[in-house]
Amino acid sequence: MKDLKIITRHLNTANSADIDVYLADGGYQALKKALSMTPEEVIAEVKRSKLVGRGGAAFPTGLKWELTRKEKANPKYIVCNASEGEPGTFKDRLILKNDPHMVLEGFIIAAYAVGTSQGFIHAREVYTQEIELFQKAIDQATERGFLGQNIMGSNFSLDIQFYKSAGAYICGEETALFESLEGHRGIPATRPPYPVQVGLMDKPTTVNNVETLCNIPAIINNGADWFASIGHPDYPGTKLFCLSGNVKKPGVFELPLGTNLKDLLEAGGGVDGKFKAVLPGGISSSLLTETDISLDFKTLAKAGTMLGSGAVIVINSDTSMVNVASNVAHFFDEEGCGKCSICREGTRRAAEILSRFSRGQGNRNELEWLLELHEVMKDTASCGLGQVALNVAASAIRNFKGEFLAQVRKEEGVWLR
Amino acid sequence: MESIWKEKVDGVITQSGSSRLSLLPCLEAVQEECGYIPHEAVNYLRECLSIPSIDIYGMITFYSLLSTNQKGKYVIRLCNSLPCYLNGTENILDTLVDNLGIEPGQTTLDRRFTLELVPCLGLCDQSPAMVINGVVYGKLTAQLVTEVLDELRTY
Ligand SMILES: NC(=O)C1=CN([C@@H]2O[C@H](COP(=O)(O)OP(=O)(O)OC[C@H]3O[C@@H](n4cnc5c(N)ncnc54)[C@H](O)[C@@H]3O)[C@@H](O)[C@H]2O)C=CC1
Ligand SMILES: Cc1cc2nc3c(=O)[nH]c(=O)nc-3n(C[C@H](O)[C@H](O)[C@H](O)COP(=O)(O)O)c2cc1C
Ligand code: SF4
Ligand code: FES
Repeated sequence: MKDLKIITRHLNTANSADIDVYLADGGYQALKKALSMTPEEVIAEVKRSKLVGRGGAAFPTGLKWELTRKEKANPKYIVCNASEGEPGTFKDRLILKNDPHMVLEGFIIAAYAVGTSQGFIHAREVYTQEIELFQKAIDQATERGFLGQNIMGSNFSLDIQFYKSAGAYICGEETALFESLEGHRGIPATRPPYPVQVGLMDKPTTVNNVETLCNIPAIINNGADWFASIGHPDYPGTKLFCLSGNVKKPGVFELPLGTNLKDLLEAGGGVDGKFKAVLPGGISSSLLTETDISLDFKTLAKAGTMLGSGAVIVINSDTSMVNVASNVAHFFDEEGCGKCSICREGTRRAAEILSRFSRGQGNRNELEWLLELHEVMKDTASCGLGQVALNVAASAIRNFKGEFLAQVRKEEGVWLR
Repeated sequence: MESIWKEKVDGVITQSGSSRLSLLPCLEAVQEECGYIPHEAVNYLRECLSIPSIDIYGMITFYSLLSTNQKGKYVIRLCNSLPCYLNGTENILDTLVDNLGIEPGQTTLDRRFTLELVPCLGLCDQSPAMVINGVVYGKLTAQLVTEVLDELRTY
């Protein structure tokens, strides 16, 4: 089971991004099969597979398609989210570069199921080489009749437009992404209504992550039962884990959901130094101090953290947790959109406070204050950015309080109270 | 230089129309062509797309790739996010600052180099990492950085 590769199976194939290489391995057979089914049948199959979104939030993919399809308003849209902004995440880049046709095939099937003829891809601007390869793949697919008018002789047509991001982490959030595509600043909208009802240009829209879409061809080809039997019973399938930080062999590892963190660390050559803590879902998640834990959405949520996009960042014992918290706080201060005052002011104050701790100028009372701010932001920030911005800081304070206290300004008592 | 960005903008508008949807692609085209967005380009876009300039400047300040300041010939973008930080970004930054004599956000007097600290570049498996004019440099060491800068100085 450990060796099962769905998404990275072409990684060692020469010229894997070329359409002929993809076709030689049975490429676009799933599209052919899907087009012989009704959209409802395709949706039922994906629902039965229990596939959930790989962008980080684990929403059931088949259900999202069904909700979009059932909306009355027309036209509908579909967006492939290749924004990949979460620090520590570099999996979508790998797929876009090595297997663009797998993404495209999943995308086309999704568009057929949802009932749209217009798709958009939003990709990170720094992925220059990947973007070129992907655009070439779109051209190739169009030439061979897998995209454009009357795909493979059916009456289904699809046009895909490619958008390069202009540099803003928040534009990976789906409603901010719509704003950006529409030519505005990327300010998230209040949800509900969810994009399945009111999305791009206020029309029903499905947004799917690159990795999510890559699972679709295999599900259609091999059937929902096959997929549902892989890995974790509630969250079947594999996941691309991005291992980074203090590990010997960082990289992307495709393993079944529910793989033990220990095994992932082993695959990555072990910790570089002595293990101290890990962020299982990038800098949006909370710190874990154990390694014997199942990497799946439910177990990690129970442990007070999350799997998110699968960015597993390992931290060794040489690292100051105060500096980690400060680095992360500055990221969110920079990247917030500024719409809600709690997030705008909260991330700014947290970054200032943690900077002071880093310089040995901390104020003891502010630790409690940060924990309180964390709770308030979790409950009241408008989007996922503000809600998670202090996860690292709060979990660092809880688990490594001594390190923070050691950074308190020595003559504190004199001026504090 | 002016005529080149105008050509690009006209190209985008011919292809995508003169609606709001063309604004970001137009701005990106100007940025790519000139390395920054000159005031004249904002005026031109205001006329072509009927969007108030304040709105256009709002876009420029929001998106980190867009800028009204002319940058150096080489824009050094050093990643400052956690995975790179854990592998020694601070040392690399010290080397860059010492070598170039500028702080992040600044441009050298000869306009050859601009130094920027940027969020994750998706190169975390090659951390610490930087990108200079689209070229990726990973697994940075102080020595590698010095060599790269020396080489870029000769062009
Ligand atoms: N891949 C990356 O680079 C990054 C990923 N993330 C991840 O993003 C996640 C947060 O994303 P959100 O979109 O805010 O999560 P969310 O849980 O609000 O939504 C997830 C998806 O399900 C849909 N959805 C949720 N409830 C729905 C309902 N009742 N009806 C219809 N559709 C519904 C949403 O439209 C969305 O597409 C975090 O878990 C984080 O890990 C965050 C930053 C970057
Ligand atoms: C601040 C923020 C940034 C996000 N960035 C991304 C991203 O870069 N890529 C992505 O796929 N999802 C990102 N998401 C999640 C999307 O809003 C959305 O849930 C996802 O694209 C849905 O696709 P999926 O169901 O296939 O996972 C982000 C969410 C938030 C709150
Ligand atoms: S929580 Fe922060 S990033 Fe999200 S909408 Fe509010 S201000 Fe913007
Ligand atoms: S953290 Fe530096 S490239 Fe991702």
